[in-house]
Amino acid sequence: MDPLALQHYLAVGAILFVIGLIGFVTRRNLIVMFLCTELMFQGVTINLVAFGRYLNNDLGGQAFTIFVLVIAAAEASLALGLVVLLFRQKNTLDADAWRELKG
Amino acid sequence: MNSIASILALSVDAQTVPAVLFYLFAGISAASALGVVLSRNIVRTAVCLLFTLVGVAGLYFLLESEFLAAVQLVVYVGGTLILIVFGVMLTSKSPFSRFEPKAGEVVVAIAACIILFAALVMAIRSADFRPQTLDTTQKYPVVALGQALLGDYLVPFELASVVLLVVMIGAAYLAKSRKRDDKRAVARGAATLSQKARQWS
Repeated sequence: MDPLALQHYLAVGAILFVIGLIGFVTRRNLIVMFLCTELMFQGVTINLVAFGRYLNNDLGGQAFTIFVLVIAAAEASLALGLVVLLFRQKNTLDADAWRELKG
Repeated sequence: MNSIASILALSVDAQTVPAVLFYLFAGISAASALGVVLSRNIVRTAVCLLFTLVGVAGLYFLLESEFLAAVQLVVYVGGTLILIVFGVMLTSKSPFSRFEPKAGEVVVAIAACIILFAALVMAIRSADFRPQTLDTTQKYPVVALGQALLGDYLVPFELASVVLLVVMIGAAYLAKSRKRDDKRAVARGAATLSQKARQWS
């Protein structure tokens, strides 16, 4: 096999995604949960770029990675604003403090 | 890549240098991703995320997406991470304040994630990808990327601008409503103070 095949990049993407998912479900700090979603974004974008590079050899993967970057930046600004507002309400970053949102 | 090898004066062929760089960048990003999840200090978590993002930018370089690597460094490391550090500052009580889920929940979550990872690895190993020879004739992929963004991907491009507008309005609204919350919090604090004063008097 080629020393650097598509599968290598897909494996790195899977590793980053799963580590981010583990962090998202096992940590209770709102900011850390947000950082773990960023990790999952990174895993997905590596997949996009690698597929675009190795399979199609077009720029679709790169273009959609740029869109993912835009959405992630927008999400970061809104999510951090919300986290700061939530913190001011309950004076804690614990996600369990907002259990009543389950309805 | 050949120039790097000649600078290093190593007897390596042109294929091993990208492989070594790949494992270096992949190791950096995976190790610091583990740091993000395991670190209990939230500032250290943010720094670990910085190294993950830098490692992923290196992987973009290896995938010959230089523009994307630069954008990753500018937008994520320069913008999003600064925003996160500001969020940490605004919400800091103690960097070590901890609230952990139950051990049983952690075990179930990690088991589910490991099953997902095993499924992903099995899918990657068993999938039959068409081997494609890499096209190295494109001299200026950034030009082609710009043309693709304004040509084939014009609709998502415009939708992204609409999303940015909506997010700008939403962020302004959040920042504005904070003032009212402050007034309410001040009123609540004054009420509890006067209550305490009444108790003590």
